[in-house]
Amino acid sequence: MDFQHVNVKFLVREPEGVDLEPLIPVFHRWIQGQVCEELLLDIADYRHVPEGPGIVLIGHQADYSVDNTNGRLGVRYNRKAPFDGTNQDRLKQAVCSALKACQRLEAEASLGGKIRSNGRDVEVFINDRLLAPNREDVRKAFDADFKALFDKLFRGGNYTMSYEMDSRRLLGVSAKASNSYSISELITNLSS
Amino acid sequence: MKASNALWKERLDGKMPDDLAREVEIFDNEVALRKHGKMDERLFAETRLRRGVYGQRYDNGQRHDGAKVQEMNYPSGTLTKGPMTMWDAPGMQRIKIPGGGLNAEQLDTLAELAEEYSDGIAHVTTRQDFQLHYIHIEDTPTIMRRLAAAKITTREACGNSVRNVTACPYAGVCPDEVFDVTPYSRALSKFLLGHPDCQSFGRKFKPAFSGCTQHACGLTSLHDIGFIAVTRNEGGVEKRGFDVYVGGGLGAVPYMAKRFDSFVPADEILPLTQAVARVFARLGEKKNRSRARIKFLVQDLGIEKFKELVLEERKTLTPDPRWTQLIKDAQQLVESPLREGGETGTDGSEPYRRWLKTNTRPQRQAGYVVVTIALPLGDITANQLRSLADIVRRFTKETVRTTVEQNFVIRWVSKKDLPKMYEALRAAHLADPGAGTIVDVVTCPGTDTCKLGISSSRGLAAELRKRLAERNFQSDEAVESLHVKISGCFNSCGQHHVGDLGFYGVSRKVAGYAVPHFQVVLGGEWEHNGGSYGLPVAAIPSKNIPKVVTRLTGRYVEGRNKGESFKDFVKRIGKVELKSLLDDLARPPAGDRSFFSDWGDPREYSLEDMGTGECAGEVVSSVEFDLGAAEREVFEAQLAFENGQIEQAGKTAYRAMLHGAKALVKINDPAIAEDADLIVSEFRKYYFDTQKFYDPFAGGKFAQYLFDAHQKSGNPYTSDSSRYLIDEAQLFIDAAHSCYNRLGATATV
Repeated sequence: MDFQHVNVKFLVREPEGVDLEPLIPVFHRWIQGQVCEELLLDIADYRHVPEGPGIVLIGHQADYSVDNTNGRLGVRYNRKAPFDGTNQDRLKQAVCSALKACQRLEAEASLGGKIRSNGRDVEVFINDRLLAPNREDVRKAFDADFKALFDKLFRGGNYTMSYEMDSRRLLGVSAKASNSYSISELITNLSS
Repeated sequence: MKASNALWKERLDGKMPDDLAREVEIFDNEVALRKHGKMDERLFAETRLRRGVYGQRYDNGQRHDGAKVQEMNYPSGTLTKGPMTMWDAPGMQRIKIPGGGLNAEQLDTLAELAEEYSDGIAHVTTRQDFQLHYIHIEDTPTIMRRLAAAKITTREACGNSVRNVTACPYAGVCPDEVFDVTPYSRALSKFLLGHPDCQSFGRKFKPAFSGCTQHACGLTSLHDIGFIAVTRNEGGVEKRGFDVYVGGGLGAVPYMAKRFDSFVPADEILPLTQAVARVFARLGEKKNRSRARIKFLVQDLGIEKFKELVLEERKTLTPDPRWTQLIKDAQQLVESPLREGGETGTDGSEPYRRWLKTNTRPQRQAGYVVVTIALPLGDITANQLRSLADIVRRFTKETVRTTVEQNFVIRWVSKKDLPKMYEALRAAHLADPGAGTIVDVVTCPGTDTCKLGISSSRGLAAELRKRLAERNFQSDEAVESLHVKISGCFNSCGQHHVGDLGFYGVSRKVAGYAVPHFQVVLGGEWEHNGGSYGLPVAAIPSKNIPKVVTRLTGRYVEGRNKGESFKDFVKRIGKVELKSLLDDLARPPAGDRSFFSDWGDPREYSLEDMGTGECAGEVVSSVEFDLGAAEREVFEAQLAFENGQIEQAGKTAYRAMLHGAKALVKINDPAIAEDADLIVSEFRKYYFDTQKFYDPFAGGKFAQYLFDAHQKSGNPYTSDSSRYLIDEAQLFIDAAHSCYNRLGATATV
């Protein structure tokens, strides 16, 4: 079974104090510089929506956002265009893009280090209900893919995995590592 | 764009109603044809619009990124989905919801689509539709299939067609209604969908239903055709019918609908509307889009002549059994409660009591209430849609509707269930209080996503909503009940004409910089189906609009008489005083650069004129002086109109337009004489023929206002023509400001 349209979200540390407004000029600069691999197009501001998508940097192949869905604030990558390769390739591509976005945000002086990944909580969703319906058999079928990803990301170290069990929601899995990793460590882990 | 598009086609085969399936199949083929260059882009544009597939801002492949105009290098290259509309550019999918009526399965479907194809948000519009933004054109057939499987169509959601048939969301449960208009609105919606007589309009056609005259819910005054429920006694038998209005519409110049007939029997409304559609299709303007709505036809012919033509047309119609059968079918769909009615106290937490006060209203049926969910800016997340679906399943027989105030109402809620429902809504962040109050600001998409947006209506709405919630008007019900309506441009999608406080986006040039502004519109009435339209008082920089709201509401609190509505207060105090209250807000404070960007958008509003200095030490050009004078004349025209000096109002409005035209002509001919013919002909030569005055989207529409006014300048003015001319004069001067902005700093004389 193949899936596409991988979403990855790295949760931020101390989300309570995060003001999303300073993110808007940052994303505008990203569009000006076209700093990501994807074609960046526009910004959607949903700060007024509780537990919503936050601020979304709309791209052609993918969106980036600082997203507060489920009240869990995180840096999210939403792959919209199909991506060639295996499931593992797609997962790695999305995780890598999300990590690079985290790295960029951490380096943004205007954000004062407020949007910083906690280095241990990551959520992965498959944003296509037909390719990846959120059912027990599908979760089992993809379990090895997800484990392989998290083993790599967290160096085979201690982490726990939990699936989204509401069948109406996207197939999704959360992983929580026992240790916290820096973004550069996570990128290194992923590419090793 | 989605990898699963082809699979969905297989998966949903046989699971859609045949007619909808066929429609989507046709469109899917058209998408393929256009993609392979085998269909003309104009034809494709019209066909996609008729399926609700709309363009979005920057879809011409260019975007000003705050520093420069950036070319968007889309993978599909120069392939287009319409003139100047790039194939890959994100677009908007509008979804028709007749009468706003939905069930839980449909809410679940909308949640899935918002999540998988859009940015996780579904947006409720001011006409009870949904919109999904940032959609790729190649995903639209799949979206349509998934909607069709849930018995929703996007057919004729845009384009020159019959748009969503709206209806009072309280129909059937409102204590004040004459009768339930739901079956009639459903029948009309079904009857007109894809009707052959509705396929050759010059512009769109919007029907609306209301169950009463006094409330706003149906907004029939501002629709192309409006139906208000009435009954009459015929031989001791109460007979249902409708008070029918035609030719209303907002847009740049709002027209109040004219009464067609005070009683049209209920079983006659479908053929009557068909006859109206045929007359509109036959005689309505086709070439000039800015004169193509039915309101212009009704105005030009006069309501009596229009009625005569429609009734003649009615006689020629071949009887159609659906005229009555569709109504009978719709009458079978009777709503009922899931749970036994009851009573509840008002005890509970302060937030609960506040919510109870503003977000619930009694039904006609004892023991039940309607609960309103106030959506911020009409936005709802996928998770919230699913929660809402769960809630309506748990407490009702899935009786939920969208409203023209961009909210949801849940009907048939047992009063006994209110505490539990509140908790369920609160858990889903759907229990914000203040539904229908001043904090429940209505707004169109504006510059966020709309190609026509001039100012950030959503940015302003979010800011006002936040500030007004903080101010907490609970102690002053008169202020709390005011309606704030915002449009990003003159086209009125935010219905600013019928707000107590209305705003629409314009631009002005200040010290060489383009500055986002809003025209402040006062005097509108939301109640009585949008009973009167406000007029612009002053253009104020966007960043000063919150102060405008504070001052106007403060003045109202201080100066109103007991029980006096805001509209009556505005009338009594007079616009001269209210305008003077805002005078110091009309210019940005010297040196404050924040005024050069819009709410929620830190980009410079326009960089065309950068480098000409700071606010301090402003040099105001003679063009700006003259345009300012022209604007004052429009205001004088408005005052004359309100004093009943119709002729003087019309003449003053015309003079203001001449003044505005002359301001621009002086750039080319500083010594232009005070001769109306000469000014108009020179304006035509320098600005119309060269297309310099052309609005990027409205074309030469505003220049045409001047030419028409000049041509008719010797004729006496009627109340209607004078009123329209005042609006046209304001729009002409707004366009003159925009033209001057575009000309750049070199135009300064």
